[in-house]
This record gives sequence, structure tokens and C-alpha cells, in this order.
Amino acid sequence: MKIHPRKNVRSDLNPSRLLTFRIDERVVSAHEDESILSVARQNGISIPTLCHLDGLSERGACRLCIVEVKGVARLLPSCVTFPRQDMEIITASERVVSYRKKILELLFTERNHVCAVCVSNGHCELQNLAVELGISHVRYPYLYPRLAVDASHSRFSVDHNRCVLCLRCVRVCDEIEGAHTWDIMGRGITSRVITDLNQPWGSSETCTGCGKCVQVCPTGALSEKGKSVAEMIKRRQFLPYLQMMRGRQDESWPK
Amino acid sequence: MNIEDLHQIARIEKSKQEGFQHQIHVCVAAGCLSCGSGQLKEALEKEIARRGLDTWCRVKGVGCLGLCTAGPLLSLETAGIFYQGVKVSDVSDILEALGGAPVERLICPVNSAFFRRQVRIVLENCGRIDPERIEEYMAESGYGGLALAVSQMSPTEVIEEVSRSGLRGRGGAGFPTGLKWTSVAKASGLTKFVICNADEGDPGAFMDRSVLESDPHRVIEGMAIAGYATGASQGYIYVRAEYPLAVKRVRLALFQAERMGVLGNNIFNTSFSFNIKVRLGAGAFVCGEETALIASIEGRMGRPRPRPPFPAEFGLWEHPTLINNVETFANVPPLIRKGGRWFAGLGTEKSKGTKVFALAGKIMNTGLIEVPMGTSLRDIVFDIGGGIPRGKEFKAVQTGGPSGGCIPGQFLDMPVDYDSLAKVGSIMGSGGMIVMDESSCMVDVARFFMEFCMSESCGKCAPCRVGTRQIYDILCRITGNLSGPDDLAMLEDLCDLMKSTSLCGLGQSAPNPVLTTLRYFRDDYLSHIHDKRCLAGACKAAREVA
Amino acid sequence: MAKITLATIWLDSCSGCHMSFLDIDEFLIDLAGQVEILFSPLVDTKSFPDHVDVSLVEGAVGSESDREKVLTIRDRSGILVSFGDCAVTANVPGMRNRYPVADVLARAYAENACPAAAISRDTLFFQEVPALCPQARPVHEFVPVDIFLTGCPPPPEAILYLFSELLAGRRPNMNGRTRFGA
Ligand SMILES: Cc1cc2nc3c(=O)[nH]c(=O)nc-3n(C[C@H](O)[C@H](O)[C@H](O)COP(=O)(O)O)c2cc1C
Ligand code: SF4
Ligand code: SF4
Ligand code: SF4
Ligand code: FES
Repeated sequence: MKIHPRKNVRSDLNPSRLLTFRIDERVVSAHEDESILSVARQNGISIPTLCHLDGLSERGACRLCIVEVKGVARLLPSCVTFPRQDMEIITASERVVSYRKKILELLFTERNHVCAVCVSNGHCELQNLAVELGISHVRYPYLYPRLAVDASHSRFSVDHNRCVLCLRCVRVCDEIEGAHTWDIMGRGITSRVITDLNQPWGSSETCTGCGKCVQVCPTGALSEKGKSVAEMIKRRQFLPYLQMMRGRQDESWPK
Repeated sequence: MNIEDLHQIARIEKSKQEGFQHQIHVCVAAGCLSCGSGQLKEALEKEIARRGLDTWCRVKGVGCLGLCTAGPLLSLETAGIFYQGVKVSDVSDILEALGGAPVERLICPVNSAFFRRQVRIVLENCGRIDPERIEEYMAESGYGGLALAVSQMSPTEVIEEVSRSGLRGRGGAGFPTGLKWTSVAKASGLTKFVICNADEGDPGAFMDRSVLESDPHRVIEGMAIAGYATGASQGYIYVRAEYPLAVKRVRLALFQAERMGVLGNNIFNTSFSFNIKVRLGAGAFVCGEETALIASIEGRMGRPRPRPPFPAEFGLWEHPTLINNVETFANVPPLIRKGGRWFAGLGTEKSKGTKVFALAGKIMNTGLIEVPMGTSLRDIVFDIGGGIPRGKEFKAVQTGGPSGGCIPGQFLDMPVDYDSLAKVGSIMGSGGMIVMDESSCMVDVARFFMEFCMSESCGKCAPCRVGTRQIYDILCRITGNLSGPDDLAMLEDLCDLMKSTSLCGLGQSAPNPVLTTLRYFRDDYLSHIHDKRCLAGACKAAREVA
Repeated sequence: MAKITLATIWLDSCSGCHMSFLDIDEFLIDLAGQVEILFSPLVDTKSFPDHVDVSLVEGAVGSESDREKVLTIRDRSGILVSFGDCAVTANVPGMRNRYPVADVLARAYAENACPAAAISRDTLFFQEVPALCPQARPVHEFVPVDIFLTGCPPPPEAILYLFSELLAGRRPNMNGRTRFGA
């Protein structure tokens, strides 16, 4: 399954074309099946991302990685957009940066991110993004929803107060571990990740206890038990290797 | 079945109908059924049988007659008389009056602008044929377009004809249909699909439902022609489960079409084969979005995915897929029969043909109408729609549902077509038209639509998931007279964010009702914010404070 | 050089940010020469002065009295600093926002108190303390804030940097010197 017909088209019979184009005034060259995000990063140009994670299928949902392309009115998510010959990409225009900030601020208002008492304090991708984007405070009113913590699993717990709905957990569990324990329930602002058919994680019959979801979770939403404030450091080194060995190479199940 | 058979069936059906001196058409579409047209039809049949009139008078259930406010509706086809608000107790009067002077008290003025000003292509058979009998459709040249296409035209010629007509998608965005068909036809792959989008999720819209309930074969024929043109052999009709009657009639129509051989293998003795399946949607607005709809047919959650790739290239089960709206397909058979040039003769420069609108809200004639593109809003609202009831002032008309905008009086003389609507910040959408009078507070209207978008947002992308909620909260604060000084700026800021960064059309267009009301009815907002007063006197909290 | 005048206050918070302020250690002495503290929980004054150059506001706005205070402070301050996560995000005090005030009070003073100290649920609202707002909310939702100093508590280095910039007559850019939860 393919997310995009131009992804993974490379083979001996069908080598991918090399393209030249510009990212932030710099001339770069890349294969046609590499996303703008990946080309930018290879060239040392950083673009903030949240739902993207190397080793998992793309989702194009957090919208933090949007970039401007000259001649295109729409802003394009760089993780799922592919370059064209002579494209001119601007990764950090004033407009794009201000939108990124606003999106991140909205994410902060959505749940109860009380960093001071979080296991991931200091090791959180959401916090880091706020620093990277220079967010000193959130301009929109916090929503303070009432959400649960499920600590029924013997080794892990999920705190919905800190979930940003990136769905990395869903993807890693499905694509790499092959268990598909996680999924998402509800829609819109009431969306929530669930284990099995909304059963307590501890009673899940599909979870193998591998812990991959915990390691890929960008925030303190998923954590190992026994960790106190700021102690939860995530390890993701396994991901690229496992993706190569057992991931669905061309995943078209955008979650 | 070959073409001769088709003509034969049509001839037999015609002569059978001519055998009846009187044909009483009772509307059995959802609107009239809900006010008792089913019982009415039964009573008429019984009474006719009792009186032994059944050799020269026939009762027929037909699709929507249009003027839904006045239901149950009944038309005497041969005499050209419409009766409105008919009750079972009127049955004997009606039968007695057959052939003589009509029953005065029931007469619905057919000469009124409501009927006179309409031009019916999509709805040409609505209210005239029995949607549950394929023979009646065939008697009205039904499946003639398909026969013509498969036996005398090449797929390219069919597409050229569609392109020549200038037909644009009726599902909302108005994408040129010929162009879409071309890209599906050109896409590489042996397996292709045709999908009919009958999800129709906008509040207040019931055009697609009416077409499916009143003339399902027209849509089936359009899909088959599209299949022939693009090289697809399998079609899907994705219809919401909340339309049980439409589902039932579509299923029946498919069954009949297969039995007659106008669907299936070797249609009209050619090598062309085409089948159609029905898929039911559970009624999520976002499932009308094409990529979400495809996901839903595949058995996954109805959530959009980023485009490109577009379905034309990469659609259902990764195969090239043509997806068009019900009304788009319904335009195709007559277009093929009569030629693209004929179709292009209707409408405006850039918007060809007609458009079906569902008139609702503060308007005399609530119902379904079909008018040529370019008809002015004034004609639609005041002439065809009969104006605003109870002598109230017109305030705005909302087009395009939750993705559209509110258009003020100053644009009443604007021609209704894709481009003019876009120019004033609204969209054609699928054709819902909600009229508002002076007693409507436009902030409250914006709040209503934002509430809809908030609860229908799929939640995939952050700007829409959280943005709809934040905007909704602000609109609640404003209508509740609790807003702070920065709320208006924040409102505009969030609307801009959602428009520019949301993943799919739902999020990108959800701010439209807010933006247009801010543009044209800013006083409604300012009065709430500064004077803590609702200008229209509509918002409850506001009245309490005042 | 004229000293800059300073006021500090804590609202709905734990006073930790003030402790972090004291943690700048020996620099306090330097600061004392250049800054005059007119009002603070750390000094004796009882009423807020008519004008100060800089105010540090620690804590969320959690009660009616907090709201009044913060309005007064805004009125009488040149530069208002939202001092620490509770002021910037409502942070820990905001954790009660998901529950009705009555439930929160009952939980704290009736259910979880030792029997001798417990107060009956009915009398909870008749105590001589300012009424709680339905939610504790960030300071900038009530008044315009000039500088946001995040952190729980903000690191002493960030506080020191804030003052050195202010004293140099510059508007400090706190970006990168502290963060939420720092
Ligand atoms: C949120 C959303 C809802 C939609 N709902 C519908 C719908 O109910 N019916 C429909 O035909 N098109 C709907 N569309 C448009 C479809 O995505 C698609 O463009 C259309 O079916 C294409 O058909 P057309 O070319 O015939 O217009 C919707 C789009 C969005 C973004
Ligand atoms: S621990 Fe492993 S199997 Fe269990 S939910 Fe997480 S990723 Fe899936
Ligand atoms: S639990 Fe973690 S990984 Fe899963 S959606 Fe939430 S933030 Fe993402
Ligand atoms: S814009 Fe809204 S409906 Fe569309 S993908 Fe994003 S959250 Fe879902
Ligand atoms: S990283 Fe591209 S949309 Fe999330």
C-alpha cells in the first residue's frame, strides 16, 4: 500500500528522477520521491514537526510543517508534499511562522499540559517546539477539559491530559508491532485515543507490552510506570531499524 | 437488451399510459410522505376501485413535486392541475371533480412564478414518473443516453461532449466535470471506479435526496455513462443511512436495471460492463469529502487525507476513481442525448446549465427548485420563493451550508453562479439556500454553523479540531454579551488560521459564515460587544440584559 | 542613577517563584542598590503604592480578590511581568478547573482533612476568605501583560537576566532562557 504514487517508485526498472529546486534560496537536488521535509532536513534546514516521525507512515495532520511554495496560494504540509523541478520553497516566512505558533498554542489550550508536574518535563517535544517557536504564553483561552488517566496496565500508563492526538502510538503499534492495540475514538474536539475497543489498557488482549507506543509518544501522555516528574526519557533508536525489518514499507493507511 | 428493446418498452409504456383518461400523481417523496401522502394514495386507490373507475383513472406515486411546504401535493397530469394540502377526506371531492371543474379550495396556482420560472433538467421527471418503475423512466427516453454513448460514441467522444457542455461539479467546488473525467480516463491502471457522492450532509439541503427518491435511474444512467467514458466497470453509490427511502428506491432501481440488462455485462450488446453497489454512510458531514468518503467505503474511519494525490489518480483501493455528486451525474443523460452544445446554451458564461436549490428558512415557498445558472437572488427569493412571510424585511440569504456565507440585500441582483458567489465570500455548495429576515441575529447564525462544524470536524488536524471549538466559544461569548475587548480580533485571527492551514475543505471553509457575517453584518457583532444588546432581538441572553 | 521601583505579589500560587527570586543569591545585594522594593510579601508595606516601575505577579487569578488586585496592579505599574507558570498558564492552580468549586472545597476541607479540622460541607462558603472564581486563569486573560517569565519556578538565571535587561533600560527577550515547566 502506498500513501502516494510517487513514493517508493524506485526500482532498477524504474529509477526515480533527480530534481533540482530551491529551499530558502538554496539550490538543492533530491529524488522525486523524497518529501520536502526530508530534503530540507538533509540540507540542515529545520522545519518543526509533530505528527511526523521517521519510521512511521505520514499523516499530514498536525500542520506544523507547512511551508510556502512560490506561485501556490495554499500552504503545503512539507511531510506529505513532494518537490517538483524548479520549485521555490520558503520554509520560514513570517506568515508560516506565525501560523505555526498559533497552531501550537491551540494544541496547548486543548488539553491540560501542566508541565510542572509531568513525567516528561524537560524531555517533551511539545515543550521543545514552544521554545523553538518562541512561544512565551498562549493567547487563546485554555479549555481545561476533564480527562482521565488509565493506569491499569502493569507497566505503562496513559494520561489523556497530555495527549496531542499525533497518533504516533496508533501507527507504531499497527505498523511496527503489528498489534493495533491503539486507535482513535470520537471526532473533533472530543477525539481520544483508546486501547482495544475502549477497554482499559491493562485488560487489553492485543497489547504485547512491547512499549513502543510509550517511546514514540512526543509528550508525557504515555509513560512508563514508576517514573516521577521529569524522569521519562524516551528512546526511539529502534524505530528506523524495525521499520526496515518489519514495517509496511509503503503504508497507505493515513490515520 | 438491445436498443430496439429499449424503444419497445418505452412504446408499450407510453401507450399503456395513454389508455388512462386521468392520471392522478401523488407525491411520495419524503416531504409529502411525512404529512400523510401515503395514506392519501391508498385512500385514492381504494375509492377508485370502489367506484369502478380503475379502467380510465390511475393513481401513481411520483417523486417530489417541489413545493414541499404545501404538501401533501397531488397533480392531475392530463388536466395540468395541482392540488395542495390534500387530506384523505378530500378524496371523494377530487374524484367527483375529475373531468369537470376542479376543486377550488385545493387548487395550487401552477401559474405562479414558483412553477413558471423553473427550468427543469435534473428534475424533469421528478413528480412525473413513478420512481419505482424502470419502464416509466424508459418511456421518458431513459437509458437512451447510455445506449447512444455505448453504441455510437467512443469514450473520448463522450468526454468531449461533457467538456463541451461546460458542466461543473454540483457537489460544491464546481470543478469542471469534463476535466475530471479526462484525468480519470487518462490515469494508468486497469481497474477504475466511479463513485456517486450522495452523502449530502449540509443542514437544510435535500436536493440529492429528492433526485434519488424521485428519479433514481437518472443517476444510475449517468454513472454508467461515466463508467464507459473513464474505463471503469464498477460503481458505488455512497448514500447516508438517514435517507432510508432513497436507499430503498436506489436499491430497487439497481435491481430493475440489472434485470433489464442496462447494468451488468455486455450492456446493449457491447463489450461494456458496469455494476453498481450501494454503500451506506453513517451520517458524518465530513464523509462527504471525497477522500474521507473513499476511506469510509474501504471500511476505515471517515477521515480525509491530504491531497494530492487526488482520487482521479489514487482513489478507492488505490485505483483511479471518479467521484461526482448526484446532481452532476443526473445532468449527464440529457446532456448526452441532446448534446453538450444544447446544455452549454443554458446558464452563464462560466456556469452552464441549471442548478437545483433547496429553499428554506423565512420564505413563503419552502421547497425544491431548479433554475438556470445566473438567475438573480432576487428572482429566486422574491419571485419563485414568494418573498418573506408576515411582511418582515429580508436580511440575508445563506448559500452553501456550513461552508458557505451569508449574502446581504445589497447583492440581491447578483446572478447566482459559481464565480459571483465566490466573489462575495460564499460558495454555491450543494445548493442549500436559507433565507433570513430581520429577526435573525447574524452572530447567532454564525454560531449555529460553527457549532455544526465543531461537532462534525473529524479531529484529524489541529487547526480545525481546536479552532472550531475556540471560534464557537467566542461566538457564544458574543451572543451571550460576555465578550471581552479582544474577542473580535481573536475571532478574525482564528478564522484566517483555519482557512489557511486546515487539512480538508471542512476546516478551510468552516470560517466562511463567520467571515461573511463579519464583513456584511458587523453591526450585529458590535452591538453585542459594545452595547450588550442584540440588534435583531434574537439572542436570549441579550434580551435579559437589556 | 535613579533606582527603579518594584512591587511583587503572589496570587493563587505556592510562592515558589519568589523563592527562586531569592535564589539569585549574592546578586540580591547588587540588585538592592539599584532596585527599591515598594511592595512585596517579603516586605512590610500593607497597601499597593500609587506607582511602581515594575511589578512581578506570581500566581493565577483564582479568586475575586485576585482579580481586583491584578486590575489595581495593572493600573499602577509601568511594566507588568507575568511571573512563573501559574501566572502564565494557571499551571497547578488550574488543575482544579475541571471540577466545580464546591467539589474542590469539599474535597480539600471536608473529605481529606483530619476529622478534628474538617469543616462541614454547608459551612464551606461562609468562611472569611475571598470567594473562589469558578476557574483559576492566567493573568493575561484579565489585563495586558508586558513580559512573560515562564517556568515552575523560573530559573534564577532568567530572573537575573530579566533585571539586568530592565536596569539597562531594555525590554528583555526571554526566549530560550526559560520555558513552560522549566
Ligand atoms: C466537508 C465536505 C463535505 C462535502 N460534502 C459533500 C456532499 O455531501 N455531497 C457532495 O456531492 N460533495 C460533497 N463534498 C465535495 C466532495 O469532496 C467532492 O468535491 C464532490 O463530491 C465532487 O463532485 P462534483 O465534482 O460532482 O462536484 C464535500 C466536501 C467537503 C470538504
Ligand atoms: S505496548 Fe506495544 S503492543 Fe502494547 S499498545 Fe504499546 S505499541 Fe501496542
Ligand atoms: S498518546 Fe502520545 S503518541 Fe498517542 S496520540 Fe497522544 S500524544 Fe500522540
Ligand atoms: S479540516 Fe477538520 S474535518 Fe478536515 S481533516 Fe482537519 S479536522 Fe478533519
Ligand atoms: S509533521 Fe507534517 S503535518 Fe504534522
